[in-house]
Amino acid sequence: MKYLILRRIVQIGLLVLYAAANWYGFKTILQGDLSASLLFQSVPLADPFAVLQMFAAGAALASTVLVGAAIIFVFYALIGGRAFCSWVCPVNMVTDAANWTRRKLQVSKVQKRVYMSRSLRYWVLGLSLLLSVFTGVAAFEMISPISMFHRGVVFGMGFGAAALLVIFLFDLFVHENGWCGHICPLGGFYALIGRFSLIRVKHDADACTACMHCKEVCPEKEVLFMIAKSSESVLMGECTNCGRCIDVCNDDALGFSLRSYAKQRKEQS
Amino acid sequence: MKQDTVSDRRKFILSLARGAGLSAMGALVWSAYVEEVKAAPLVLRPPAARDEADFLKTCIKCGLCVEACPYDTLHLAAPGEHKPIGTPYYTPRETPCYMCDDIPCVPVCPTEALQPESVQSVENGKKVWDIEKMDMGVAVVDSQSCIAFWGIQCDACYRACPLLDHAIKLKYEQNSRTGKHAFLKPEVVPDVCTGCGLCEHACVTEKASIIVLPREVAQGRAGNYYVKGWDKNDQMRVKNATGGTTTTERSKRKAIDTLNDTGDLFE
Repeated sequence: MKYLILRRIVQIGLLVLYAAANWYGFKTILQGDLSASLLFQSVPLADPFAVLQMFAAGAALASTVLVGAAIIFVFYALIGGRAFCSWVCPVNMVTDAANWTRRKLQVSKVQKRVYMSRSLRYWVLGLSLLLSVFTGVAAFEMISPISMFHRGVVFGMGFGAAALLVIFLFDLFVHENGWCGHICPLGGFYALIGRFSLIRVKHDADACTACMHCKEVCPEKEVLFMIAKSSESVLMGECTNCGRCIDVCNDDALGFSLRSYAKQRKEQS
Repeated sequence: MKQDTVSDRRKFILSLARGAGLSAMGALVWSAYVEEVKAAPLVLRPPAARDEADFLKTCIKCGLCVEACPYDTLHLAAPGEHKPIGTPYYTPRETPCYMCDDIPCVPVCPTEALQPESVQSVENGKKVWDIEKMDMGVAVVDSQSCIAFWGIQCDACYRACPLLDHAIKLKYEQNSRTGKHAFLKPEVVPDVCTGCGLCEHACVTEKASIIVLPREVAQGRAGNYYVKGWDKNDQMRVKNATGGTTTTERSKRKAIDTLNDTGDLFE
């Protein structure tokens, strides 16, 4: 439960900080929203994917937002990996709730399997950029439930809650991990740029008893292909570094580690 | 039993077609939605905003302008408000723009969707904020519901205007109905009006009779083929103009022939 609690603290803490800036004028730490913000009233931060779409739409971008996007880009590319999805994104709480409910109700056991490719998100990512070119606005930002949720908390929700309900129901009844694991282009974007980051989950096959609890709970099961087979780090970009697998592992066979850039030694267990 | 076989070539081509088809389907629905929601011409933008198409491209929807506004004038459009989602706007009847001297909402914009230069002027070689250069919209008077046009004395909008007697002027006219009273009719000077909406906010009628509209919506355009002959500067535009002649099939005939030609009128 350790990482789950930590993640919730970070996620909710960020929401509270952002919201406090607007509702109570507490701007010392963070202001703005996840699209662009100001840290400590001086450091600009910006969503690199939104900036990329704006660039595709043909906007002349100011240096402030470019610097902000570069900071976020470098952070996730070098350090965090796809951690945005599980540690920052508020929609993660919605999809986690849907997943939890799905497991409790055993929806997967009665549901006919719907096939959706995990690479769908990269198509959506491509479409986001293509449509930004054709419509002249950042296309995903016009429909993004992530921004809707975050802006909703910080600036007023409107009917944004409906979009979240749609995602919840979709993940619960239509497809397991449907939004975060298959469709969301922002997740795809961070999976691409986070591919070479430093922080990685490491598996120790010698300690593993192959109970497969980790695979059950992992929102991106493919990344755990090595479980009980070989000791190596989870290197696929799709891993969100959420630590759920570490939380459920009873055998101390999984843990966060720093990536060693030297060639990995593969051991057969 | 004969087994249906699918050749690799068919598989390959079909999966390509499927990918293209699904993408096209998604793209059409998605772009149709985006085209619809961005077409909301009645939105009033913060000070110094670029023109609407450029603004929609450039605004990252961070809300820093909203948080900078000391009067809570600005809001970010939430889903269901029928405005391009997440973009800042204001509703003058609820909270107008109070035209702060230091314009705090503009410099915080990280993308320059709000352009500082457009509300700055140069004084002694230094750039200073000049809120009067702001252009968020233009006030329009509905002369039918405005009670000043009925002959009732009301100068609420005139008094509320921060550019008193510049952006709204009172036009004095005789009230011929009573024969002894005056009309004090408000008249907006569109060039001067900044669109702050203090007039709309102050208007005493049930629904405001003076309202701020985006310039693109409220104003017409005469076109450059009209020249004010009495205006020296405007007349300069045609000083070196050269005329063009349009020749059509009918130009070959003289005008008088055309008049005399009765065609099949009397047949």
